Amino acid sequence: MRKVLIANRGEIARRIIRTCRAEGVATVAVYSDADSELPFVKEADEAVHIGPPPVPHSYLNVEAIIRAAKDTGADAIHPGYGLLSENEAFARRVQEEGIVFIGPAPEVIGQMGDKLTARRIMQQAGVPVVPGGEDSVETVDEAADVAASIGYPVMLKASAGGGGIGMQICRDEASLRQAYQSLRGRAKAYFGNDAMYVEKYVERPRHIEVQIAGDQHGTVLHLLERECSIQRRHQKVLEESPSPFLDPETREQLCQSAVLAAKAVSYTGVGTVEFIVDESKQFYFLEMNTRLQVEHPVTEEMTGLDLVSMQLSIARGERLGVKQEEIKAQRHAIELRVYAEDPVSFLPSPGTISLYQPPAMEHVRIDDGVQSGTQVTPFYDPMIAKVIVSGATRDEAVERGIAAMQNFQIAGIKTNIPFLLEVLSDGRFRQGQYTTWFIQERAAQSNN
Amino acid sequence: MKHVAANMAGTVLNILVQPGDEVSAGQDVVVLESMKMEVPIQSEVAGKVSEVRANIGDFVNDGDILVIVE
Repeated sequence: MRKVLIANRGEIARRIIRTCRAEGVATVAVYSDADSELPFVKEADEAVHIGPPPVPHSYLNVEAIIRAAKDTGADAIHPGYGLLSENEAFARRVQEEGIVFIGPAPEVIGQMGDKLTARRIMQQAGVPVVPGGEDSVETVDEAADVAASIGYPVMLKASAGGGGIGMQICRDEASLRQAYQSLRGRAKAYFGNDAMYVEKYVERPRHIEVQIAGDQHGTVLHLLERECSIQRRHQKVLEESPSPFLDPETREQLCQSAVLAAKAVSYTGVGTVEFIVDESKQFYFLEMNTRLQVEHPVTEEMTGLDLVSMQLSIARGERLGVKQEEIKAQRHAIELRVYAEDPVSFLPSPGTISLYQPPAMEHVRIDDGVQSGTQVTPFYDPMIAKVIVSGATRDEAVERGIAAMQNFQIAGIKTNIPFLLEVLSDGRFRQGQYTTWFIQERAAQSNN
Repeated sequence: MKHVAANMAGTVLNILVQPGDEVSAGQDVVVLESMKMEVPIQSEVAGKVSEVRANIGDFVNDGDILVIVE
């Protein structure tokens, strides 16, 4: 592997460039009209313009990306996260062009991208799944029957959905019937697939996921867990590792289930098995992400490993260079996602960043994609930086997070930094007592 | 006459009303999308829709008028 094209943008493109450079691998960036001045374009060894700002015309434009790879002689493509990273057809196309796709086999991406298939495979492998319909429901009456058999509350989900889009909690039959029609219509419009299913809704859950890595020689390792329960609109805001909720025994069971899940699909590459964990520490498979995730630096700062380096080495066909017993939590790490958004309403706040000065502090890692003068456009995700702090203890990491947020200067657009500071200072967060309802419950309390 | 305006810059994802429709206060009339986030826009007042000034796929700025309710 001599030259990697990065089919992505912003902070993750820079992140991948960093490891490639350290390993002597050349990089090619691709960029839309909106991004020509961003740091990742300048930092890559080469950069190719691929189209106008809207993603279907640039970052999702498979032909333009393949052409860029061919024209620059890239022998591998790293898809980053989001965009084309979990697109089975893209992965297959890359391979057909004789280019290495840095990720798992296309079939695995397809299997895990369909929630019902994923659920069936995991159930067969002995990984606990949320009680619910084994098959998609075809009619609203069928949905109501399944809900009645497992008991309310239930979660109604679009099979092809994700990231909080296409799911709704239903607490009784009337709300299920109402949600069914609108969700089905939206699933068809959004994903071109209106398969729906019903599963038990886990009350006050925690979202805990396990990072895994599998090589082409059949070895699968877990890199411990990340807790990602602090979410707004089902989108993560803060992640940490180790989880303050797990005891050693549950942690071991959870991590072993993730390894089982990865082995069930002969997973190659780095990936994540997401679980929901209820108040009694019962855990259930939620989904598998067949890519590098936004929150991967939490695991890196906690274990001292470089996940992009692992991806490159797996893609080259090498064996994983680390043993399970060597992977340990060396520090407590927390990732804070800095979004261009109103800190109270969480509404997007695009605009021009007039001043951008991240904190320079020990054990504070900044993975960002912008600089002073950058225009934050409405075309892409609102995340502008990730601040990853770590400490010998959780308290130390939290204190460091507060200091980092206080010393992060961004002007010209609104950001959620004031909100992140509130979370870090919150008594229940400090005690590690929070669920995926944390943000909503906080908002409800402050309105009273 | 009351204007329903965009509260952020983004793309019009869906328009839920047409001229002549009766809307109630708080009813969703337009769905905007910005930065991968869907944001429904509500009419603050009850009344009859007299004009829809946006089309699906349009790019709108914060403050742009989307719907007029009489």
